[in-house]
Amino acid sequence: MNEINRMERDPLYVVSPSYISPKTKRLGKILVWSSFILMSFIGIIQILYNLEKINFGFSNWRPLLYAYILWAIAIGYSRVLIYGEKGKRNLFIFPAVMFIISIVIFPMLFGLYISFTDWNLSSLDGRRFNGLDNFYQMISDPYYLNSLKNMIFYILAVLVEFAIAFLLALLLNSQIKGRKFFRVVFLIPLMLSPVAVSWMVGKSMLEQRFGPVANFARWLGWETPTFFSSPEIARLTMMCMDAWTFIPLMIIMLLAGLQALPKEVLEAAKVDGANKWTMFKNIIFPIMLPVSLTTLVIRIIFKLKLADIIIIVTAGGPGGATDSVTSFIVREYRDRSNVGYGTLLSFVYLILIIIFMTVLIRFVNRWLQRAA
Amino acid sequence: MKNNITEKIFIYGILLIWTFICLFPIYWTATTSFKTAASVTQGLLIPWLDFEPSWKGWKNLGLSPDTIFTESNPREEFLARFFNTALISSCASGLAVIMGSFAAYGLSRFNYKFGFMRNPDISFFFLSQLILPPVVLALPVLVLYRELNLLDTHIGMILIYTLTVLPIVIWIMRDQFNAVPIELEEAALVDGATVWGSFFKIVLPIVLPGIASAFILCLILCWNEYFLAALITSTDAKTMPVMVASQISSQSIKWWNMAAISLALCFPLIVAAIFLERYIVKGMAAGAIKG
Repeated sequence: MNEINRMERDPLYVVSPSYISPKTKRLGKILVWSSFILMSFIGIIQILYNLEKINFGFSNWRPLLYAYILWAIAIGYSRVLIYGEKGKRNLFIFPAVMFIISIVIFPMLFGLYISFTDWNLSSLDGRRFNGLDNFYQMISDPYYLNSLKNMIFYILAVLVEFAIAFLLALLLNSQIKGRKFFRVVFLIPLMLSPVAVSWMVGKSMLEQRFGPVANFARWLGWETPTFFSSPEIARLTMMCMDAWTFIPLMIIMLLAGLQALPKEVLEAAKVDGANKWTMFKNIIFPIMLPVSLTTLVIRIIFKLKLADIIIIVTAGGPGGATDSVTSFIVREYRDRSNVGYGTLLSFVYLILIIIFMTVLIRFVNRWLQRAA
Repeated sequence: MKNNITEKIFIYGILLIWTFICLFPIYWTATTSFKTAASVTQGLLIPWLDFEPSWKGWKNLGLSPDTIFTESNPREEFLARFFNTALISSCASGLAVIMGSFAAYGLSRFNYKFGFMRNPDISFFFLSQLILPPVVLALPVLVLYRELNLLDTHIGMILIYTLTVLPIVIWIMRDQFNAVPIELEEAALVDGATVWGSFFKIVLPIVLPGIASAFILCLILCWNEYFLAALITSTDAKTMPVMVASQISSQSIKWWNMAAISLALCFPLIVAAIFLERYIVKGMAAGAIKG
């Protein structure tokens, strides 16, 4: 019993006066319920008004939002009134939890509903429930499957990025002059806005008539350097541009890992006469494995969101060869402004991501345990 | 000895090649913004040697020396977008840092129980938001915002940006708070401080550098965000990336103008990279070590 109590105890243990008068408790409950009633009242009025049952109401749902915020504050405050010290501790995570629930969970539930509707935002008909039609449309949509296939290529490219980043991190960690300079310079591509990169690299440097990269390619002997006309090359170009922006992130994470390597082990290996390659293979790489895997996972998370540069530079072309899922959904929405179908596509994508990430993380953990 | 020199050449060679790869696009854009049509189409590279620089690109933005003190509509527009971006990203980052620090502190110091959710579950709940791609939220939020009259408003943008950076703040700050010894607060509590009092007076000053790096990281992410802004904003709350992107897709825009605009979009961030490098790196490296 004693043991369990110790386990349950907070790391920061607070001895607090536990008596709270019933009056205060009642006040707390009244606060929550009255604000809740106010919110429901506004909500009901608005629903009736929208259904044209009554002729007074608000022009939009904004007042309901205010009532909701009021209610959330009342809940937070009442926790202090009802539970005292314990309530104050809850107040630390309460805002963040409430915030995420309001902005993620509600829209997600709402999205789940609209993904089964045919809803064209620009037409006046409003939404129409159409069951699984969107789903059947998705299965027979070659462009969506194509964009999923592209995502696999994009994710595989992470391995190449990782190799480059690891090499650069190793070099940065060696005895060099001007490390500060190199570190700042290597960071810069990550700081640039994807939109600006799209123009600077995608639209101007890769311009096929007079862009410097095209000139360079001609000088190397490629007679007609076009970077966006054939599907394979276009995809490769997008991979390179994305790699250019995100390799710095991997360098930073790997460098942090390298700098935390135990110095004694490295010294000992050097004394034993290990050369650079064996040292890397047998010591640095195994110790770096957890950091490497974390870096890869984080990079993959960012890769799954890849969209900006594709939307701006190629808009998915040629023939959907460079489409990521996100850019495809956006185009789908822009062209037909069908919210229902787009939402379904994004939900399916989310489910695929969750499955993929779960498998990946489990795989990573198992690998780490075996290595340890 | 000879071996050592080849090794040095190899190391510096690769580092310099990568430096070139990192910096050349910026150099190219900067010089292009001073080019005229003829020197653009010839692909000339070095100012004064290859071509004579002109202020044409910056003139149209109203930012060249002879137009900077005169009235200029593009400059007004540009400054309005700049101000929007600055306001939205700093408010969102501030909000995220405040809520995120509270939550991270709570999670590192107390055991919570919400139904079946314990601390690890709550942490996972927060961090799992990182995996959520913005496109999943984009369309439902777009429709909800329309109903709530939040489309194209600063508040709407701030809320959605706060959401995108909140998990990152929690991720960074959790490690920061775990590194602070609990004994410090226990001593303060014995002296009669409240939990919140000891948080503000004792813990917060210690983790201030960590908070700064989380804030800067959020600021950068919000500053560069394009996808959500393109969907949610149209005129009032339009941010710089959206403006630049719309310029890119319009065919009539001149190269030198585009170069000037792109450079203006990146300039604050390049400056930030140079002066705040340590904080940025610290924020990004935070997750790597502990995993």
